[in-house]
Amino acid sequence: MSKYYLNYLDELESEAIFILREVWAQFDNPVILFSGGKDSILVTHLAKKAFYPAKIPFPLMHVDTGHNFPETIKFRDDIIADLGVQLIVGSVQESIDEGRVAEEKGKNATRNALQITTLLDAIESNKIDCAIGGGRRDEEKARAKERFFSHRDDFGQWDPKNQRPELWNIFNGRHFEGEHFRAFPISNWTEMDVWNYIKRENIAIPSLYFAHEREVVWRQDSWIPNSEFLVLEDHEEIVTKKIRFRTLGDITITGGIESDADTLEKIADEVSGMRQTERGNRSDDKRSESAMEDRKRQGYF
Amino acid sequence: MLDNNQLLRFTTAGSVDDGKSTLIGRLLYDSKSIFEDQLQAIENTSKKKGHEGVDLALFTDGLKDEREQGITIDVAYRYFTTPKRKFIIADTPGHIQYTRNMVTGASTANAAIILVDARHGVIEQTKRHSFIASLLQIPHVIVCINKMDLVDYSEDAYNKVIHQFEEFSSKLLVQDIRFIPISALNGDNVVNRSKNMDWYQGAPLLHTLETMHISSDINKVDARFPVQTVLRPQSESHRDYRGYAGRVASGILRVGDDVTVMPSGFTSKIKSIDTLDKSLSEAHAPMSVSITLEDDIDISRGDMIVRSNNKPEPIQDIEVMLCWLHNNPAKPRAKYSIRHTSNEQKAMIKEVIYKINIESLDRNTEDKELTMNDISKVKIRTTKPLMVDSYRENRTTGSVILIDDATNETVAAGMIV
Repeated sequence: MSKYYLNYLDELESEAIFILREVWAQFDNPVILFSGGKDSILVTHLAKKAFYPAKIPFPLMHVDTGHNFPETIKFRDDIIADLGVQLIVGSVQESIDEGRVAEEKGKNATRNALQITTLLDAIESNKIDCAIGGGRRDEEKARAKERFFSHRDDFGQWDPKNQRPELWNIFNGRHFEGEHFRAFPISNWTEMDVWNYIKRENIAIPSLYFAHEREVVWRQDSWIPNSEFLVLEDHEEIVTKKIRFRTLGDITITGGIESDADTLEKIADEVSGMRQTERGNRSDDKRSESAMEDRKRQGYF
Repeated sequence: MLDNNQLLRFTTAGSVDDGKSTLIGRLLYDSKSIFEDQLQAIENTSKKKGHEGVDLALFTDGLKDEREQGITIDVAYRYFTTPKRKFIIADTPGHIQYTRNMVTGASTANAAIILVDARHGVIEQTKRHSFIASLLQIPHVIVCINKMDLVDYSEDAYNKVIHQFEEFSSKLLVQDIRFIPISALNGDNVVNRSKNMDWYQGAPLLHTLETMHISSDINKVDARFPVQTVLRPQSESHRDYRGYAGRVASGILRVGDDVTVMPSGFTSKIKSIDTLDKSLSEAHAPMSVSITLEDDIDISRGDMIVRSNNKPEPIQDIEVMLCWLHNNPAKPRAKYSIRHTSNEQKAMIKEVIYKINIESLDRNTEDKELTMNDISKVKIRTTKPLMVDSYRENRTTGSVILIDDATNETVAAGMIV
């Protein structure tokens, strides 16, 4: 009977499918937070599996900072058309225009923190009671303590010291009016697991993840892509390099690495030999030691 | 990494001084799971605090408060992979006021690592951790006798601890207990075999974790399929499809099996077992699938599909080992919601039979108040029957949680006796 066990990827997949079905069963109006990055693509792929042969029974929601890689937006629209599900867009530009938030100033200004307001506004106005995210516990130390079902109060805030215990596979998504949950079906996956699974399942991902020639500038220890939003310092210079991105965020803050990995195989090989965490190239995490925890408390992804 | 590599979840319980964080840091560091930027951050903090060298323990501290106080107050999950297995560590604080966190971490673990300081031997905390491992039915317990460097790597000191441990552990229900002498600080017998303890013939800790046999830990006998939700695509290609989505809790289900739907008692046969990739002839725990039946019967979330010749017991009066998780104590005869797999009913704690003194492990039949971290044996009455197995036979269909309807908080976790 020794063949009746799952390998680690099948077990992770089965766990994620279980979580997604629990979300659907326990909430009235869930959405998948879709950024166009590999983790939200993976969650969407798993949702397809969880509800087959039915369609994914809830919308995808994109918090659009306006500082996108054009490739990401095209990828998003293609996947929506393919799945036949609804897309909800929360626009940071609209939040700025309405005076809900103010643009950051200075050289390293980003719209990263502004997303929190747009996200929470979109959750409230669409009456969303559970936002499913691609957060993983191995990404960052504050995320290591995150639950599968993570409670947010009526201000959208996370209280890491007062989280509901999660035992066995019994999840408690009970909430009062105005509160919501975040659900993280791929909590237990590492970056390597994600790549091994994408490779195994041959999941389509944006071309940005593959090595390609791009205009970049060296800033904060990584290659920041040239874009209409980039303001050059005196000593900085735009060069063309063969790079790829390990994570995708805003075009203003996502640093690339020099790489020749242009296939999923090569990417998986490259990642397995990496000596830096993937978020090491994200300037939003470098602001302080508890940068992620502080943003998460306020309602960040 | 090979395709058939398994996932092993283990828990580590320990307190500030017994070297738990150092051990985890050592496992991650020696298995090359710490990245350079993480190491750099730890080096910076070590220097700032005036520590000598790199303090590996810093790697496991997550939240701001914990970093400031130097303690672990919640369950933190850590990941590492070797060419043989993927590991998930549930890192829990060991102090008595964090019993609930230990119980949480233990609930999904295949193995528990219990740390004993070689200088102090078995202490109350060791007994408490072992008791929790036994209560939560963690199949494998590894007792790491740590700080061997501080007792001159003495075999006698090691044997003394084993003797002490075996004296009390005979009363516990753990199937597999192993002992390993280590020094987490210096790395002896953690990843690499120690050069200082020739007298130890066993494997180092990591090798033990990599090779421990875990596939037989899953219950393969009692087929249980709690229904999470019903899939009705109503599309061109699947017009009449009605699939019951769930994760096999235990046992094996095959196409053609005679099944009974609990609690209604309706019977049918399994028509198909479906996934996006393909339809299967059989499914086993812990696979997530969609099952269709030959007959059109009314099935919804909370129902359980089981093999007709092996059914769980539908009962309303259940005896449970209960761990109280919440600040608010249990109200006498108060009603709670009870969750058992995908089923939810109302329940009342009718009687506290005894409470366990978590220091001495004695039973106390006088004190009936259930406060945070208390472990007790109670009688619970539910409004409708639950389809249960005993926790010892089935960790999924033998476990429940209680939810306070006034606050929506999870207040207790129970193991059905």
